[in-house]
Amino acid sequence: MAQPELIITKHLNVPGMDTLAVYQQHGGYQALEKTLKAPFQPDEVVEMVKKSGLRGRGGAGFPTGTKWGFLPKESPKPRYLCCNADESEPGTFKDRMLMEKNPHLLVEGVILSAYATKVHHAFIYVRGELALAGRQVTRAVQEAYDAGYIGNNILGSGYDLEVTVHRGAGAYICGEESALMESLEGRRGYPRLKPPFPAVVGLYGGPTVINNAETLATVPAIIKNGPEWYASFGTEKSKGTRIYCLSGHVNEPGNYELPLGTPLRTLIEDYGGGVWKGKKLKAVVPGGSSTPFLTPDKLDTPMDFESIAAAGSMLGSAGVIVLDEDTCIIGAVLRMSEFYRDESCGKCTPCREGTYWMVELLERLEHGHGSEKDVPLLLDICDNISGKSFCPLGDAATSCIVSSIKLFRDEYLYHIREGRCMVGPGALAPAAAHA
Amino acid sequence: MVSDEAKQRMRAVAAHYPTLRSAILPALHIAQSEEGYLTQDALESVAEALRLNPDEVKSVATFYTMFFKEQPGKRVIKVCTSISCYLRGCDQLMTHLEERLGIKRGETTPDGRFTLLTTECLASCGTAPVLQVNDEFVENVTPESADTLLKELNQEIDSGLPPRRQGQPNGAAATGNVGARPAKSDKAGKPAKSAPASGKRSE
Repeated sequence: MAQPELIITKHLNVPGMDTLAVYQQHGGYQALEKTLKAPFQPDEVVEMVKKSGLRGRGGAGFPTGTKWGFLPKESPKPRYLCCNADESEPGTFKDRMLMEKNPHLLVEGVILSAYATKVHHAFIYVRGELALAGRQVTRAVQEAYDAGYIGNNILGSGYDLEVTVHRGAGAYICGEESALMESLEGRRGYPRLKPPFPAVVGLYGGPTVINNAETLATVPAIIKNGPEWYASFGTEKSKGTRIYCLSGHVNEPGNYELPLGTPLRTLIEDYGGGVWKGKKLKAVVPGGSSTPFLTPDKLDTPMDFESIAAAGSMLGSAGVIVLDEDTCIIGAVLRMSEFYRDESCGKCTPCREGTYWMVELLERLEHGHGSEKDVPLLLDICDNISGKSFCPLGDAATSCIVSSIKLFRDEYLYHIREGRCMVGPGALAPAAAHA
Repeated sequence: MVSDEAKQRMRAVAAHYPTLRSAILPALHIAQSEEGYLTQDALESVAEALRLNPDEVKSVATFYTMFFKEQPGKRVIKVCTSISCYLRGCDQLMTHLEERLGIKRGETTPDGRFTLLTTECLASCGTAPVLQVNDEFVENVTPESADTLLKELNQEIDSGLPPRRQGQPNGAAATGNVGARPAKSDKAGKPAKSAPASGKRSE
């Protein structure tokens, strides 16, 4: 099998790639020089990104150029750009790798995107726990300032830009765009009511563009090689490549950059070396823990936005989590649900209360004390959160529960009937005494 | 006491934002690095530097999990317990660490050397299970490598060394995350895996 062309991770493992000199030796900042010296007008850059078909890599998959186009032409307040590098979706570990190993690629992407959207102050919000990534990005920004790629009159173009690296302090919710802005403004990370959307009223009340780190890191390659070149990868509606984060029960977990539309089977079997210990596959979470499970019959699904949606899930952040046949589905769902309970910001009642009670019920089921009413009750709680909570965290918390009940209802009923797990170590345990 | 130099740094960082208030998280990080946790003095110094009320600073600080409200141990071990680490044995690792340290998760050893915490997904799922020591990653951890790690950390504490830091600006920053590799069928061209299998720190 031929190795597909790499775009974002191309020079990732070159020694010293995190320094300005080595980054420049491998074509770094050429896209910026090309843009400012040609010169391309900001609107031309937006057009190029639109034409490339690039869609957001954070989870929602919204077309990046179109998002930029939502910014008003004129505004009395300053405009801002936020790079969302608050990577914390369980199963996702691509942005951290980019920031640690090739921070200048991200910085160049931020500068180009800020220029395209006529922004003069950009922020890179790096997740607090990722201390090394934060240091790497901070140093790259400083090197870019010293080299004249950031600051006043960049490369003699008359364009001015400030870039501030902001370190978070531990809160998954701050990866939600409006909570990220609240946090940047120095408040508790509660999400804001939408509309107004950030493009109209965002950071400090000004028009704001917010993009995921991987999205912005893709922009330099699009400018350098042209939008047609980028659009030649992937599928008709999902263009380009993506970094798929493969984790869980596979022989070779890791980040793999592949064209969009690569079948799930290719990623797991050819790149991930198959399910570990020679076991069979039970289920896959294709886009981070906020996306519904897929069963092995969906293995030939191409991993693009449309195909994964048609198969009943979402491509999300492309965090592909593999579960082997010995995994108790309720145990796994319980662990995923604990995450949402702990990370719910508490602002709205359905999410704050719902995630708490979902965990209580799942614990009861997992430990063999569940009753037949618990399954419909879980679904009822999910119905009362999904679409009825303030921000997408609530919706996300229901995905694993609803999909696991749909796909593995027998296993839930087995727990209720037998008082223990159907598979895995829990299956050998004596049945719990029913309360 | 938060030093004058630290207060100076707080004011300097605030200059990078359109409003003083925006510097609240960076200022709290600076304050915490001074004393190891957020004392009343730390909250007051942040408030003073950013012209806020100390209660306002506290209300923001308590939203974020990285700020300690009491003195943690000399080394803070955070074990990721989210789904990808769960699938690769983080619960066994956690239990092992609890036994070795003689404390439960969330506690600090009576001698003040170690604090053991659980944490949410650390974006290191490809090298699970993973833990952090004072925010620096240790990947592919096994019970055996955890024992070696504890021994090393104890030696460091005895020698009065500061917590270690990952990566120097010379390309050594590479952590266990693997970039794109050729497919399995292309064994000849397969580069060496950058992930250390032993669970040693990737320095």
